Amino acid sequence: MRFIGVKTAMLAAGLMLAGAGQAAPQAPTAPPPATAATPAATTAAPAAAVDAKATAAATANDPLLAVDGAPYMKIDPKVGQPVDGEIGLQPQVTKNGERAAWFHNGPLLYTITIISVFVLLLLLWVIFRYNRRANPVPSKTAHNTAIEVVWTLLPVVILVLLAIPSIGLLQAQFAPPPKNAITLKVTGNQWYWTYSYPDNGGFEITANLLKEKDEVAPGERARTDEDGPRLLAVDNRVVLPVGVPIRMITTSADVIHSWAMPAFWIKLDAVPGRLNETSFTIEKPGVYFGQCSELCGPKHGYMPIAVEAVPLDVYNKWVVAKGGKVAGAAEPASAPAAANASAPADANAAAPADNMTAPDNAAAGNSTGQ
Amino acid sequence: MSDIALTPNAFEAHHGGHEHHHDADHKPGFFARWFMSTNHKDIGTLYLIFAITAGIIGGGISGLMRAELMHPGIQFLGHWANTLNHIRGGGDVNMDQARHLWNVLVTAHGLIMVFFMVMPAMIGGFGNWFVPLMIGAPDMAFPRMNNISFWLLIPSFTLLLASPFFGGADGGAGTGWTVYAPLSTQEAGPSVDMAILSLHLAGASSILGAINFITTIFNMRAPGMTLHKMPLFVWSVLVTAFLLLLALPVLAAAITMLLTDRNFGTTFFQAEGGGDPILYQHLFWFFGHPEVYIMILPGFGMISQIIATFSKKPVFGYLGMAYAMVAIGVVGFIVWAHHMFTTGLSVNTKMYFTAATMVIAVPTGIKIFSWIATMWGGSLSFKTPMVWAMGFIFMFTVGGVTGVVLANGGVDDYMQDTYYVVAHFHYVLSLGAVFSLFAGFYYWFPKMSGRMYNEFLGHLHFWVFFIGVNVLFFPMHFLGLQGMPRRYPDYPNAFEHFNTVATVGYMIMIAGMAVFFVNLIWSLIAGKKAPDNPWGEGATTLEWTLSSPPPFHQFETLPVIDGGDSHHH
Repeated sequence: MRFIGVKTAMLAAGLMLAGAGQAAPQAPTAPPPATAATPAATTAAPAAAVDAKATAAATANDPLLAVDGAPYMKIDPKVGQPVDGEIGLQPQVTKNGERAAWFHNGPLLYTITIISVFVLLLLLWVIFRYNRRANPVPSKTAHNTAIEVVWTLLPVVILVLLAIPSIGLLQAQFAPPPKNAITLKVTGNQWYWTYSYPDNGGFEITANLLKEKDEVAPGERARTDEDGPRLLAVDNRVVLPVGVPIRMITTSADVIHSWAMPAFWIKLDAVPGRLNETSFTIEKPGVYFGQCSELCGPKHGYMPIAVEAVPLDVYNKWVVAKGGKVAGAAEPASAPAAANASAPADANAAAPADNMTAPDNAAAGNSTGQ
Repeated sequence: MSDIALTPNAFEAHHGGHEHHHDADHKPGFFARWFMSTNHKDIGTLYLIFAITAGIIGGGISGLMRAELMHPGIQFLGHWANTLNHIRGGGDVNMDQARHLWNVLVTAHGLIMVFFMVMPAMIGGFGNWFVPLMIGAPDMAFPRMNNISFWLLIPSFTLLLASPFFGGADGGAGTGWTVYAPLSTQEAGPSVDMAILSLHLAGASSILGAINFITTIFNMRAPGMTLHKMPLFVWSVLVTAFLLLLALPVLAAAITMLLTDRNFGTTFFQAEGGGDPILYQHLFWFFGHPEVYIMILPGFGMISQIIATFSKKPVFGYLGMAYAMVAIGVVGFIVWAHHMFTTGLSVNTKMYFTAATMVIAVPTGIKIFSWIATMWGGSLSFKTPMVWAMGFIFMFTVGGVTGVVLANGGVDDYMQDTYYVVAHFHYVLSLGAVFSLFAGFYYWFPKMSGRMYNEFLGHLHFWVFFIGVNVLFFPMHFLGLQGMPRRYPDYPNAFEHFNTVATVGYMIMIAGMAVFFVNLIWSLIAGKKAPDNPWGEGATTLEWTLSSPPPFHQFETLPVIDGGDSHHH
């Protein structure tokens, strides 16, 4: 399934083209339920469609900032990033992640601990009971068919019992995303990630590591604690909606990278010449960090991943602010206009003001955003 | 095995001849003996010296890495990269070139430990020394081929060690030991080509060695020694030789394609030319997974000999033990893609490789339980080899059960390429294979050198090393579960605690190694003279019937194994 079939690849290629400004009106983007009822009145100002590569801080009408300019989404230092001294899995914020974590922390961890302790106890017992002093005359027993059958079959039974939830987990992980899923296309580069949103007009953002204060050139943006921890913070986070299935497609522009997000239980290689696909649904708003997980050259350790998961309405406003179009709004009638890359923005794009104060307005009316 | 009866014959004559350099054996002069050797014991000794040398280099590299990783931030890498580049004749390097050095270190550590430490020690060293002795053969079937097997390793290792000194400030193969395309085809300069040629030569060496072992074991067993009476160490080398013979040509093909991709414009692994980077991974791991059994199976064999010897009991379930190794060898060839769970395999493929990988736990469990059953009812003496062997059983179990976790394709998505995997494979190799190497080394040291090692230092070595490697590697499970990726020279500050602990563990481990070398040198110089069989009635295999060290040529009159049903009581 993850070997994308030809048909899917063609579709994805079509979506990429849409990113170049030629909107694909036939894209199967059924309206997400949350947005279907909320009409028009969107807020994108053309000026807000900033260059994705700009490293400047967000502008005043950035939907990811509250009115006072503080970040909309606070970083939870215990979720979405490693915690010093912790010995277990990171908290999971996807259903499949929770399921996999349960399987690991429950059946697997108990089984391997019991087996290890059992072997250790047997060793301690033979040391205690069968040392030279305690047992000067060795037995000559070298066979016992019954016990050999037992220690062959018992592991088989244990493994079958483990295989059942394991296979179930794989099935769940490979369940195809529903039609209203939002597609995120991830491209690995040496050494940064680019993200495009084919279902949202195909705009693209680039995420680079934020360097420390003492490492940046004068005037260059340095990492602050609000951006995230050292080596994890990026200049442009991937913004994704909470509660909406995400179809993620990875590929690479050069060598193999791997897009890894521990809090989602997602790791998918980005391979040149291939499109790999997976899907997940983020259940909890927040900021989540991950790191490239396939050796890709000198700066392999310096191309982190940061996802900002926000409510759908905020996501939609962010999309519009980025110059994208909100999924589900495309109507065949507007297709000719959309097809024209240089079509001017709609009239309703002229209301940049108070998008954060009226979240219910935020929606999906505009179908022709660039 | 307990009652292999030997015809006590000519070797009795050698029993007084512990001054082996002066006994009646016809030995060639120094140069001819050590540089043109056709003697399996001398070649085995050369292999062991080679492996210890490579182990010092590979272990030293891990010391560099642990030093850098002790705290977050880049501490030393820049200095090391500058020093290296000054040796190359260049100036100071930039930060990316320093980071490239990190990848060079990671790559070198892996390749050295796999191809130049574990394999030469297990198969070239102990295999050469003891397979002919244990089957009652005068030598290997092809003594001159044996010689070239060893000497191919010298240019091979030289190529690898020299590779970082070529290619200017960006020199060195920073591809990881897996040499994945297209990173390996992208890196310019001669370094990666040198590393590839190094692997070609090492592979050719191993293939020749494998042919030699298979021929020797099938054709040169003493009269009466049927396959089902062979010591388990010989079984383990036989299975390993087949794995080498079948797996290494695939590696050779894969890296040859890499070489032509790099130098002759082919695009086997280049997407832009219609090739596929994932094809390389399939080829590599078709070799690479059997390779991990190549590194551990001879260890299984050694542990079986040692446990039986020091329990004064025959190995429990001999046939099950032998065929468990055969099963591990066979199944080892059909599980390779569990190394590739995140590459975009289909759901059915992941299900198959999950299930197939789990199957390996069954024969492995048979071995663990059979070792314990061998000790059960035995009369155990805790000599140094036995202590290492028992440490092996527990540590290999811990490494094995994390393998069961990683076998689950849906779970592995989280752990793949994190320190959890690093912890797992160091438990099965650094605490598995290496423990078995030390067990075998202490077990056979009296036989090989004619001198006893120091028992106290042997135990001290074990305990310091045991504590050290556990402090070093166990916290890596935690780092992996918290998400720390492999092959990073610097890490977010939240990974500091257990990285510092791991580096402390490395220091403890190094102290243990210092004890080993003190013991080694002291024993070689001043160790007590070893009797033919220092281990008593439990040591029943043929090498203990010979003098310590054995004569230059042994079994000029073949020993005869009695017709008794030696393994089936």
